[in-house]
Amino acid sequence: MKIAVCVKQVPDTWAEKKLRSDDSTLDRESADGVMNELDEYAVEEALQIAEANSGEVTIVTMGPDRAAETVRKALSMGADAGIHLVDDSLHGSDAIATSYALAKVLEGRGFDLIIFGSESTDARMSVVPAMVAERLGVAQLTFAQKVNVAGSTVTIERATDYGYDTVEASTPAVISVVEKINEPRYPSFKGIMAAKKKPVESLGAGDAGIDGGQIGLSAAWSGVNDFAVRPPKAAGTVVTDEAGDGGIKIAEFLSAQKFI
Amino acid sequence: MAEVLVLVEQLDGSVKKVTSELLTLARSLGEPAAVWVGGGLDDAAAASLAEFGAATIYVADSADLSEFAVAPKAEVLAQLVAEKSPAAVLIASNAEGKEVAGRLAVKANSGVITDAVAVDSGFVATQSVFGGSTVVHSKVTKGTPIITVRPNSVAPEAAAGAGTKVAVSVALTDSAKKAKVTGRTVAAKGGRPELAEAAIVVSGGRGVGAAEGFGVIESLADSLGAAVGASRAATDAGWYPHQYQVGQTGKTVSPQLYIANGISGAIQHRAGMQTSKTIVVVNKDAEAPMFELADYGVVGDLFAVVPQLTEEIKKRTS
Repeated sequence: MKIAVCVKQVPDTWAEKKLRSDDSTLDRESADGVMNELDEYAVEEALQIAEANSGEVTIVTMGPDRAAETVRKALSMGADAGIHLVDDSLHGSDAIATSYALAKVLEGRGFDLIIFGSESTDARMSVVPAMVAERLGVAQLTFAQKVNVAGSTVTIERATDYGYDTVEASTPAVISVVEKINEPRYPSFKGIMAAKKKPVESLGAGDAGIDGGQIGLSAAWSGVNDFAVRPPKAAGTVVTDEAGDGGIKIAEFLSAQKFI
Repeated sequence: MAEVLVLVEQLDGSVKKVTSELLTLARSLGEPAAVWVGGGLDDAAAASLAEFGAATIYVADSADLSEFAVAPKAEVLAQLVAEKSPAAVLIASNAEGKEVAGRLAVKANSGVITDAVAVDSGFVATQSVFGGSTVVHSKVTKGTPIITVRPNSVAPEAAAGAGTKVAVSVALTDSAKKAKVTGRTVAAKGGRPELAEAAIVVSGGRGVGAAEGFGVIESLADSLGAAVGASRAATDAGWYPHQYQVGQTGKTVSPQLYIANGISGAIQHRAGMQTSKTIVVVNKDAEAPMFELADYGVVGDLFAVVPQLTEEIKKRTS
């Protein structure tokens, strides 16, 4: 079974994220880059499926040079190979362009499963897996809290607001996972050493057959008019519950605000 | 006036509040047209769509539309976009709504904006990003604007529309029939409102200390008719089910009132609730970052403060 995992390098969760003043894109330079947290769960799920089905896991990323670190991290967890789509012309690509570029990289390689994290911690749109499924014309099995693979049949529990739906499809399929699904492994020292020798294919946009008119900031389907950093919230009232009437004080506040 | 399509959110035939919000918003942008996908549109549901201004209700009703996940809704909308050339498409910003929007954007070769908290008459959307630290105004520049709007962003206001039903026939492509829904499991949730839609959310975190500790959180929520949320520390510890997690890898909520109990306020949590209109914080640690967001905060033991608050609310509202 051939499995691809699409991962994204994002600014460290703990870092202050900001937009660039020149082109309103995410400032990726000002913060350390890490693997998007939910993608670690995607890598783990792929490794578990591969272990149970004698599969092979390929890590796919799109991003600047340093996104290669994220591919290496996934390889050190145990994935077999990597593909890094890297091209200056991709800068500023929106979700539509990203899904197009990823689909071009993925198509024709015979992947049975393509696994994503269900959202990135920077853009938080959660649309790229669905868009890639749409573009490739394959089944969309997203927001999985459980994945079961039996031959060419894949069944997931899709997390919903009210519980979960059971959704079934045949491979090939696009899967996205939520964090409930597993506990990602930490790379072992042996894994880190082995990762250095694993193959990573570096592709430019042209190598992947990507039409330059469909990617990058100038081709984006939507644009930022303006943005502003929200001023820190004005300090509210904070009292210490010394007299043991803290609950009553909150009730008075809620009453004054017409909540009760 | 050009139509603005609103994809109806419903559960077992009853229209959700977010749809009334979206229809209210659509009225400020053009002529609202509701799009109902699947069976079960009864008179009550149609009346509720008309009440909030739907001039037209497009009804795509065939059995197979409900049998498959996500893709059929995108196909129905794509067909309507092609036939009716609407001014925009509005969809609720939840997991499924965003995926429908994404697939529709690809099909209709149109731009998509998610998680809008406002949309002005020029179709400029306001988003609150990076955990609420940055406000962005953006606009779709190609095709039909497809915008997902967060629940609780607009106050629903009734204004009767004609609510004329128009049947839409859709022949699903094979590609839309690849992910079959074979079962639906509804977790026991009691009578509380849905987390993403609730006007009031009462949350518990690490300070709650144990699964049993959520009893006081639930009692407070019930006294206010609120939904219950939890921080990741609480769900990871197994004290409360994952689907109630508020934060970066869980739900994003934007209620009128958010009461955070025993939640320190890590950035992951703040990213999921920072746009709440009014925030009340109870924490025994005066240094907890959560207090920076508080409109009103009490430094104290939540097991003393919260039950007292619950009792006081009951006293005042009985």
